[in-house]
Amino acid sequence: MFPASFEYVRAHSSDEAFAHLQQHGSDARVLAGGQSLIPAMRYRLARPAVLVDINPIKEFSYLREENGFLVIGATTRDAQLEFAPFIKDRYSLITAVSAVVADPIVRHMGTVVGSICHNDPAGDWTATALAMRAVMVVRGPNGTRQVPIDQFLVDSYTTAVNEGEMALEVRIPIPDAHTQGSYQKIERKVGDYATCAAAVQLAMNADGTIRQAGIAITASGPIAMRVAAAESMLVGQRPTLELLKAAAAEAPKIASPNADQRGSSEYKKDMTRVLVGRGLKQALERLGVTA
Amino acid sequence: MNEVNVSMKINGKTVTGSVESRVLLAHFIREQGGLTGTHVGCDSSSCGVCTVLLDGYTPVKSCTMYAVMADGHEITTVESLAVGGKLHPMQQAFWDQHGLQCGYCTPGMMLSSIALLKQNPNPTEHEIREGLSGNLCRCTGYNNIVKAVQQAAQVMNQPELAAAADD
Repeated sequence: MFPASFEYVRAHSSDEAFAHLQQHGSDARVLAGGQSLIPAMRYRLARPAVLVDINPIKEFSYLREENGFLVIGATTRDAQLEFAPFIKDRYSLITAVSAVVADPIVRHMGTVVGSICHNDPAGDWTATALAMRAVMVVRGPNGTRQVPIDQFLVDSYTTAVNEGEMALEVRIPIPDAHTQGSYQKIERKVGDYATCAAAVQLAMNADGTIRQAGIAITASGPIAMRVAAAESMLVGQRPTLELLKAAAAEAPKIASPNADQRGSSEYKKDMTRVLVGRGLKQALERLGVTA
Repeated sequence: MNEVNVSMKINGKTVTGSVESRVLLAHFIREQGGLTGTHVGCDSSSCGVCTVLLDGYTPVKSCTMYAVMADGHEITTVESLAVGGKLHPMQQAFWDQHGLQCGYCTPGMMLSSIALLKQNPNPTEHEIREGLSGNLCRCTGYNNIVKAVQQAAQVMNQPELAAAADD
């Protein structure tokens, strides 16, 4: 189906994009990779009157480490993360997720920042950003501000980006040598929405206790959600199988998945437990720690 | 009407047109470019039959990109593969290995395969299957497609093989 008619404006700089967004307010949407927005427009689920294309903004495409953060620009494609050698070497959660987002062709256009801003209930990058405790950088009328991911993700398809504003980048704390992650996803086929998925990242202390835990589930409620109870249960403890089991059992308590052709609500709830458990085990394996 | 002027190089030839901003790249290629080798299948970004290459070897789904987004860019479609009546090694491999039956997915499948080999000239069978997982085929069961990509990889890595086959 064809999308509804819209006015197309092309931005060549951050200032230009921002001016267009300020001018058009709630009528406008940012067009980055378009891999969620264009299908939504084709189904007429989205009917923005104006699209502000930020793809021509060269300085928006970057992937670099600075001041302790991995910084991903607004038009950086999923595939750039998938194929960057330094990501493969040191970011096990990002490596895992970047190979299972949508499908390989979509990943050449789809962007990380765009996916987080889309805030789909089944988003992979939103769950990853929660587990890695990312911070979003948003440009507003009073300059840029940093928004922790937990505050950024407001509700389904809704973020802390207000009318006339735009997200510039996502900043992800660089995992140290004692940090590993895992992404666990069940999908009926490549490119389908996840039936259920879990993002996990664990950081260890030298004494064998868990320093930090990041656990998030997606396709399990209105947005990707942090399993805070599981995280606090793990921090400061030595990992044992009983502890991992107890932590994983916290996931279904906050899950509220809808029943659909991918499974019943009960099944999906239980899968949050299974996938968080698998993710914790794999992260520990990658750390060389036996639970 | 939200009309925009769009100009892009398709297979090295400049194609221009004044189209509505909502016109998808796939339709621009077919209607303004007159190149119907780029198929439209699922119309929902799932099947990959509309895959074309952007600015070299970046595979994109042309049904999930507005034509205006490709303004000033270069697009490669299946029509550019055979040169002077001689099939591209990927086309020859699909022929030799029976990598197609109805042929509807084949243009996208071959362009995706060419992009895959550019990224990874010696893929394992698993890497080929993963690399082509954005392209659906409802006829072949994929086995012969994988064999075709393996043959093409071998030939493209050793051009003398292709030359020998001509003798």
